[in-house]
Amino acid sequence: MPDARAASVTEGLSEETMVINMGPQHPSTHGVLRLVLELDGETVVSCEPVIGYLHTGIEKNTEYRTWQQGVAFVTRMDYLSSFFNEMAYCTAVERLLGIEAPERARVIRVMFMELNRVASHLVWLATTGLELGAISMMLYGFREREQILDIFEMASGLRMNHAYMRVGGLSMDLPDGATAKIRKFLKMMPERLKEYEDLLTENPIWLERNKGVGILTKEDALALGVTGPLLRAAGVPRDVRKDEPYGGYDEFEFDVPTQAAGDCYARYLVRVEEIRQSLRIVGQCLDRLPEGPVMVEDTKVAWPGDLTVGPDGIGNSEEYVKHIMEESMEALINHFKLVTEGFKVPAGEVYQPVESPRGELGYYVVSDGGNRPYRVRVRDPSFVNLQSAPVMVKGRLVADTIACVASLDPVMGGVDR
Amino acid sequence: MNAGDLAARLSPKFTEAVVARDEVTVTVDPSGIIAMLEFLRDEPGLEFDWLSDVSATDRPGRDPRFWLAYHLYSTTHHHRLRVSAGVPESRPSIRSVTSLFPGASWLEREVFDFFGIRFEGHPDLKRIIMPEDWEGHPLRKDYGLGGVPTRYHGAFIPPVDERGS
Amino acid sequence: MPVERLPGVQTGKGATDAAAGVEEEVKRGILLGTLEKAVNWSRKQSMWPATFGLACCAIEMMAAGAGNYDLARWGMEVFRASPRQADLMIVAGRVSQKMAPVLRQIYDQMPEPKWVISMGVCASAGGMFTNYAVVQGVDTIVPVDIYVPGCPPRPEMLMFGILKLQEKVRKEGHIK
Repeated sequence: MPDARAASVTEGLSEETMVINMGPQHPSTHGVLRLVLELDGETVVSCEPVIGYLHTGIEKNTEYRTWQQGVAFVTRMDYLSSFFNEMAYCTAVERLLGIEAPERARVIRVMFMELNRVASHLVWLATTGLELGAISMMLYGFREREQILDIFEMASGLRMNHAYMRVGGLSMDLPDGATAKIRKFLKMMPERLKEYEDLLTENPIWLERNKGVGILTKEDALALGVTGPLLRAAGVPRDVRKDEPYGGYDEFEFDVPTQAAGDCYARYLVRVEEIRQSLRIVGQCLDRLPEGPVMVEDTKVAWPGDLTVGPDGIGNSEEYVKHIMEESMEALINHFKLVTEGFKVPAGEVYQPVESPRGELGYYVVSDGGNRPYRVRVRDPSFVNLQSAPVMVKGRLVADTIACVASLDPVMGGVDR
Repeated sequence: MNAGDLAARLSPKFTEAVVARDEVTVTVDPSGIIAMLEFLRDEPGLEFDWLSDVSATDRPGRDPRFWLAYHLYSTTHHHRLRVSAGVPESRPSIRSVTSLFPGASWLEREVFDFFGIRFEGHPDLKRIIMPEDWEGHPLRKDYGLGGVPTRYHGAFIPPVDERGS
Repeated sequence: MPVERLPGVQTGKGATDAAAGVEEEVKRGILLGTLEKAVNWSRKQSMWPATFGLACCAIEMMAAGAGNYDLARWGMEVFRASPRQADLMIVAGRVSQKMAPVLRQIYDQMPEPKWVISMGVCASAGGMFTNYAVVQGVDTIVPVDIYVPGCPPRPEMLMFGILKLQEKVRKEGHIK
């Protein structure tokens, strides 16, 4: 009897799958990502990400601006890890020029990059918490991030998209009080991190939504070119800072956290541990900070002027203005040429990889000897990582799609450039 | 293996092996790209088993016009290599490497979208970033930058690519 | 019912006049005004934004909604995901050519009355990206009420823009 009734109920039901569209305007897709999902009930049969909704043509735009102006463009690609974009670009151009930034600039660059990593992971924690329902995590993550943004604003003048690193060093030195502020932040952050772990790590709902969800095996990850916390959560201890050190990273002591499970929970653990390691590096930077200039000496390349805080805000220092206007004609001409025309970079090509919070960020810069880049190609980690979304999501429920995409941590500015 | 040794090891096999700024670039004929990448992956001591990036550069003065760059990395030896292949304008196509490196799928779609180079054997070659019905390939050098000119208080400022120097 | 007058509280001139019937009502805790003012006041006090964060400005918008710069002070912390439940669209970030039809569709799906704030220079005028990929100003697609410049604008700048919009709404004449 029950069998006959069940059969009659399912008789008229169709077996077709349904195709629905998630995004590009969606609160949980981490930006303007469109997922075309083919569903069988609640189970995802296939998923196709459609991207390009934030394409800004930055790669083409850099070909029409000078080398120094390129920093302002590339910093806006992956807007949550803007210092990494600047570092990779500046290091690539410095390699083409054959110069090296001074020691103090190198240490400050590492320090700000690691602070940016902490800020980026905090945004990841905040938005992932929001998307999975832990809404209080959103408020906590942004609260700590504000402290880091205060430090950035003190040094560069901007909270986001700072064009602070320039070719040859930094645009300005750290102001007084910046190191004290960073030390205060370092003292405060570990206990806040412990608060987040108390909230989430053993939380049964968090475990239920993340453990065993979105598994990406080691072989799949390597075949798809995935890098960053996704790869490290799958068991591969690959980190560009350790394998191919750049910018002085080989002088710092830090560990590369890895997990073996390859699911969303493993990625969460990896990222929280990375915040800890980044704080460790920032502490070492503060201890090691040498005195000295922050811009290279070569006047043909160094950004002219010595930016200081004057009576009307940040601008060229008064001695420098006096020097170029009254004392030296060559300095004035040099200043004029550098600002309008820029410097020339010898012909060649270089690939500079950097470990951004999302993975390997690579800049392939080609120069033809002129004062403008010939080609700036950005290998963005989110672009390549997003290819693993269909693999992770296949056969799982729709709600797991949100958890999987959130654990990928894609930033659409980097994906679409 | 450092750059010098790597170049010495590779130069018999390739038309050109250049060392510049601590990096090795080898040039390869586009028809032999699959065989060369397989060789680079399987040869003991080289073992370039990971593809980092596939990209293209448009050099309108030269023939061939489009230069593809495959950036390879070895997870065991931690060295890098750039493989360059020139594709002519008259026949802009090359074999797809997705059979060796599935992660090249989107990278090749992006090269097709921005330069118009076709990849034979690619499972799903269509535009990825520009809208489906967009005409033209934006990163080619003969494609203008676009943008609008500005008129303000009697001054006319043309868009960036039409300005003076 | 006679209400006790508190010493020092103003009730307008002529408070002790015989023709001060209105002031008697005020003392009882009743406010008087036009219907338009009441409607405008309620519209501006709890505007619900639709989530249209695109790029870097979206992060600053989220920071404005988070704890430090609290948008909930003006009743705006509920970012509605569905445009049918929203009356304010903050276009935060650069609008690419592919996204433009989506922007228009979301705007059309919002019910009247609706307002648009264009946040950041990319949304207002194309920003630093004068090229083929970015729409040079969303006012070519949707009518904009307030432009907030900045790259990205600080949360305080966005809040100032919101307060200006509230003033604009307060002065609007909607009732026909």
